[in-house]
Amino acid sequence: MSDLIHKSAAELAEMLAAGTTTSVEITQAHLDRIAAVDGDVHAFLHVNAEVSLAAAKASDERRAAGAPLSDLDGVPIAIKDVLVTTDMPSTSGSKILEGWMSPYDATVVTKVREAGLVPLGKTNMDEFAMGSSTEHSAYGPTRNPWDLDRIPGGSGGGSAAAVAAYEAPLALGSDTGGSIRQPAHITGTVGVKPTYGGVSRYGAIALASSFDQIGPVTRTVLDSALLHDVIKGHDRHDSTSLTDEWPSFADAVKNANVKGLKIGVIEQLDGEGFQPGVLARFHESLELLKASGAEIVNVSLPSLEHAVAAYYLILPAEASSNLAKFDSVRFGLRVQPEGGGTVEQVMSATREAGFGAEVKRRIILGTYALSAGYYDAYYGSAQKVRTLVQCDFADAFSKVDVLASPTAPTTAWKLGEQLDDPVAMWRGDIATIPANMAGIPGISIPAGLADEDGLPVGIQFLAPAREDARLYNVGAALEALLEKKWGHTLLSQAPELKGGAL
Amino acid sequence: MAKAKLMDYDKALELFEPVLGFEVHVELSTKTKMFSAAPNNFGSEPNTNITPTCLGLPGSLPVVNEEAVRYSISLGLALGCEIAESSSFARKNYFYPDLAKNYQISQFDEPIAINGNVEVELPNGRIVQVDIERAHMEEDAGKLTHVGGSTGRIQGAEYSLVDYNRAGVPLVEIVTRMIEGAEHDAPELAKAYVATIRDIVIALGISDAKMERGNLRCDANVSLRPRGSDKLGTRTETKNVNSLRSVERAVRYEIQRQAQILADGGTIIQETRHWHEDTGATSAGRPKSDADDYRYFPEPDLLPVVPDPALIEELRAALPEKPADRRRRLKADWGFTDLEFQDVVNSGLLSEITETVAAGATPQAARKWWTGEIARLANAAEGDEGIDISPAQVAELQQLVDEGTLTDRLARQVLEAVAAGEGSPREIVEAQGLAVVSDDGALIAAIDEALSAQPDVLEKIKDGKVQAAGAVIGAVMKAMQGKADAARVRELVLERAAAL
Repeated sequence: MSDLIHKSAAELAEMLAAGTTTSVEITQAHLDRIAAVDGDVHAFLHVNAEVSLAAAKASDERRAAGAPLSDLDGVPIAIKDVLVTTDMPSTSGSKILEGWMSPYDATVVTKVREAGLVPLGKTNMDEFAMGSSTEHSAYGPTRNPWDLDRIPGGSGGGSAAAVAAYEAPLALGSDTGGSIRQPAHITGTVGVKPTYGGVSRYGAIALASSFDQIGPVTRTVLDSALLHDVIKGHDRHDSTSLTDEWPSFADAVKNANVKGLKIGVIEQLDGEGFQPGVLARFHESLELLKASGAEIVNVSLPSLEHAVAAYYLILPAEASSNLAKFDSVRFGLRVQPEGGGTVEQVMSATREAGFGAEVKRRIILGTYALSAGYYDAYYGSAQKVRTLVQCDFADAFSKVDVLASPTAPTTAWKLGEQLDDPVAMWRGDIATIPANMAGIPGISIPAGLADEDGLPVGIQFLAPAREDARLYNVGAALEALLEKKWGHTLLSQAPELKGGAL
Repeated sequence: MAKAKLMDYDKALELFEPVLGFEVHVELSTKTKMFSAAPNNFGSEPNTNITPTCLGLPGSLPVVNEEAVRYSISLGLALGCEIAESSSFARKNYFYPDLAKNYQISQFDEPIAINGNVEVELPNGRIVQVDIERAHMEEDAGKLTHVGGSTGRIQGAEYSLVDYNRAGVPLVEIVTRMIEGAEHDAPELAKAYVATIRDIVIALGISDAKMERGNLRCDANVSLRPRGSDKLGTRTETKNVNSLRSVERAVRYEIQRQAQILADGGTIIQETRHWHEDTGATSAGRPKSDADDYRYFPEPDLLPVVPDPALIEELRAALPEKPADRRRRLKADWGFTDLEFQDVVNSGLLSEITETVAAGATPQAARKWWTGEIARLANAAEGDEGIDISPAQVAELQQLVDEGTLTDRLARQVLEAVAAGEGSPREIVEAQGLAVVSDDGALIAAIDEALSAQPDVLEKIKDGKVQAAGAVIGAVMKAMQGKADAARVRELVLERAAAL
């Protein structure tokens, strides 16, 4: 297996610039890796080697002509299937969109192409991003490269596993309640949820519009920053995208320094309900930061007690409306009831056959929460909790620069273990949901392995809206401290994948 | 469809008080749609004016059209409304194949304009104040064509076609408060109200306002309250009313229908009803209750609309005169009698006469042409595209009359040629040699010939029986092929008779 797959995107960019390799070589190496292991991992729903190699060849030609589109020109990338693409099917992990070809590219996909990155394929996900394990994909689960019997996290388990299994150096994810950060935690990789509005949502198949945010999935903090620098910025197709001028996040990584940085530990996410190994790695990381000059204080966000309950009312409410368009009339699956039927009967049969159980569960829940007579008690109350969460964060950030918590309460669980208890799975989102409720950015980076099961553990940092650069600063600093302490990257400790050829 | 049993209108009014309410949808004539850059054009090939957003494709997002917001603010101001500092969009959720996303982006609890008032003048001169509850922005749905049924409706159709060109066209929905006290004038008020809204949007230049194209659509709510009761009756909402005349007829029909049902001891079902132009009747649509659950919630893809106060003031300053104010001013300026003015208003000819006067004709002359000969030609051309005569052409025609080039009869002949597209009045006069013969020599020759042909008439004239001159004048006019000024001919006939 070529060593090219173990390089970070930043390293590959340097090699391309130095002329020591080509995009075609790099792309071929990753396609070979996918062919070798993805039969087991199942990170990808769609790979088109021909299209990828053609893009790689075009990149090499640009570089030979002295006109690369960006530093990352020629570096491969995996794209979560929630993002629509013109040259690959876009299904959002659902049967209802099986084989659907979009007539337009998502804005982030356009930006990635315009930077010369080479799309390798579309990655697996929980259907319509509803889930924390990727088991709710209509196309079968993705498996955790650390232990193929375990889940890779979700909903973006495909993107995280692809990066963790060295099938791609970079991936795009979407984070509605932790779908980028939680899989990063579970697979020992890096994931960033940008400030709401920091990256365009145009062409991201909506789950919950007021929470959804597209972001990077990588193995290093620098790579996330480089990819974030490519996809950030205002999009006239997305009214909720911010018009801010953003600083260079790669520069924030390169100038990382935590001396004098005030880090608040969220009391509500430090103790009960969290696995001991998760808490141990969390506190170890804090000690390292403290030794480097950061100031660690405790802060309380009392409203977090109600955050999960509120989130699981607002999200289904928005999702029930966002998913109404899947009715067979204009695109996607169409199921004809026996003997024909009215348009309502066709819509009904299509949605019955095309949606999985978790999707139906949330559509029903959301429809109920918005119904006349229940709206105030459910959706209305949930929005009030959301405001309280925002107030708690505003209060906390008046005292500290960033907040810290474990990214999720536990390490990877076994496939099937939580499928019968959806509420237990929802509770696992306690640490990631608050950032989406408040629209603030968050990062998860590897913090080590839990003593009790030897599985990866992540640490999460949160910053005020628009202050994504702070996450790259503290993330890069801690990454360096940890790798210095360990003497290696965390992912290098993952067991070698054997077999699994496609 | 069988007509329902109807109570005599006067009888119905004796027993009940009609209570009205209107929802008027105005399609805005913006260049692009409400939430996408697709062209807002009528009459294109089906499904050509569309973007991913119009089709509700996965991943697509709406973006508010600023031109539509400006138009909506102008309309709100023209309706005397307050413009909300901040208004927001909401999703109205329901499944229907003409609704691409299966929700309509509309405004719910935070409309852009609230609390207005419109002055409506009835044909009998009565003025009614109609209170406006709100005007809000929303998107139109696509258009369904039901194929295979006999009625063109979804019931009985084999299949349906859907055209999303109209999906996302900007709409403003204007909702009145309950209108009481219209009494006998309720049908006329309904028509006059919609006409007033039409006049306002035309004056603002924000809509093509063609009811037959659905640019302007009226849902009429009607309920009856028994005399002496203070309890409101159950209302029906009549849709599919595609002309001003239909609005009036539909309201009258509903009053008579409901009165008969109530008098027979029946109950009114709260429902939407469809107006049928051909039968002049309404039929039951879908039951409608106040508990219809559209699961409204704030549209998370859009930010609130917070117009700059300076923009609002700019638009306020640019408002055209209110139709009622304009009518008052024109009536005084033109010096028409009440009857003459009502005739002009009811014929919808205010703008034409204004422009004709501006082009140089007197108000009376302009009125005479537009309500007389042009109306007659237009009626005759019924069914076709109508006739194409401009106010400037009318003014030119009148000028030709005033300067003696044309007689009234010749002018009517020229007008017909104008309507037929043969050119301007002057061009036609020239091309057809229609001008009055003003050469006295030619006239005198013709007069002498006529007098010598009718010596008995000459004698009568000489005897002082001046009215006998008519026969000679007629002969002269005939000889001149009508191209003579009859008054001048008369003068000359008398002169020549005296001299002979």
